[in-house]
Amino acid sequence: MTAILETPDRLLTGPSPAAGSESLAAHNVRLGPIPRGGPDLIGVIERSGLLGRGGAGFSVGRKWRSVAERRSGPAVVVANGAEGEPHSSKDRTLMGASPHLVLDGALLAAAAIGADEVIVYVGADHRAAVAAMDRAIAERASTNNVPIRLVEAPVAYISGESSAVVNFINSNDARPTMSPPHPRARGVAGRATLVQNVESLAHAALIARNGEDWYRSAGRGPTSGTALITISGAIALPGVREIDYGTTLAEVVAGAGGATADIQAVLLGGYFGGWAAVDDLRDLSLDPILLADRGLSFGCGLIGLLPVEGCGVWATSRILDYMAGESARQCGPCIFGLGAIAETTRRVAAGGAAPGDLDNLARWARQIVGRGACHHPDGAAGLLQGALSVFAAEFHLHQHDRRCSQPTYAARRLR
Amino acid sequence: MGERLAIDRIRCDGYGMCAEMFPEGIELDDWGYPILRPGVIPDGLLPFARRAVDVCPVLALRLVDAPAGSPATATRRPGHVESASRS
Repeated sequence: MTAILETPDRLLTGPSPAAGSESLAAHNVRLGPIPRGGPDLIGVIERSGLLGRGGAGFSVGRKWRSVAERRSGPAVVVANGAEGEPHSSKDRTLMGASPHLVLDGALLAAAAIGADEVIVYVGADHRAAVAAMDRAIAERASTNNVPIRLVEAPVAYISGESSAVVNFINSNDARPTMSPPHPRARGVAGRATLVQNVESLAHAALIARNGEDWYRSAGRGPTSGTALITISGAIALPGVREIDYGTTLAEVVAGAGGATADIQAVLLGGYFGGWAAVDDLRDLSLDPILLADRGLSFGCGLIGLLPVEGCGVWATSRILDYMAGESARQCGPCIFGLGAIAETTRRVAAGGAAPGDLDNLARWARQIVGRGACHHPDGAAGLLQGALSVFAAEFHLHQHDRRCSQPTYAARRLR
Repeated sequence: MGERLAIDRIRCDGYGMCAEMFPEGIELDDWGYPILRPGVIPDGLLPFARRAVDVCPVLALRLVDAPAGSPATATRRPGHVESASRS
């Protein structure tokens, strides 16, 4: 696997993911044993600028500090490897290749914030990652002073949402709960809980060894460090890569063997991210801050290439169908609003638009934002709003002429 | 420090009685679920907001402290909040 990587000793510079998971002995020889941890690491992580990799991109150091500053007793660390995002595979790849790096990060987080339990939460369908983490936990059983246990996450988009993670561990119910209380304040067994994506923890384990300046030496734009990405769609060599933040999309595409077709748009950041139009792509810099300035998101690092012979309305409809189907079905605006959005978009995509469909879509997309217990409806609404803009001409054609600019593509999809 | 409305979205079943009691601060979406006007509720409207809280059959609505400096919500009464625009 060719990584577009200018800085050595990052997440994927260990043995090839194809070689199976790294043993504890090999891990310790390669990187040195886990450093002594403690509260001082919080400041180091803060100064490193490390951002969370679950999708929201929140400062990891600030999150650790907010849990560390609680008044209650020992906390809990949950290493979140649910990775329910379709097409994303960077977390399972990391867990499968370097499970001990993830465990190092979780144990260092526990030492930093004063946690006495670590739970590794892995999507049950990621079998290789489950096996690797299970084996790695067993290898550590005699050396840890903090117990580590593995919990298999139900296969669902929402099961990685932090309140759903806690709810499942507590009550076997992987549906989000109302916040407050936030898991940071009251989580697993009612204790303060740090729910942190596995990639974030792996970065923290390297920062603990090499220092904040080392971490900051990577990255070309305003955001420091490297990131795992998953590139999919019309690309010659799809899969997981590690890039410096700020690498351009063109470089990523070239490094993955090039596109297999002319590209009209790119889905950035996954189903919680959004579409970038082809006009914006030429110099697109994959840096969370620069992307946010353009109304885009780095999210979970997913990059999906939509070819010109594809239809943006169809592609969006498929995603919205999935998102509506993955609703936890607890909140009215998500059940009915997202359901209506998906149904209407499907009708428009299929050439059966009714008068007012596009107007309704735009209005509903605005209305459902912020009206669920979790952000599931917000993600779908944001994706739709972006699609209505990026694929404006295609939506217009579907609404007013009830046809697709790619009739053969549409016919294939309907068959 | 003022007060604002908060909804437990999981509990809410879309009875819509809150919007009847407090149209200045609550409108309903196409499926009957409340959309709250953001911000602090002006003192003159607080009795209506309290009534909206009281009539909710599933106790999904409550008044919570709003941070100082939050923008105020609508001040007019009688009259409804602007209906959903159909642009």
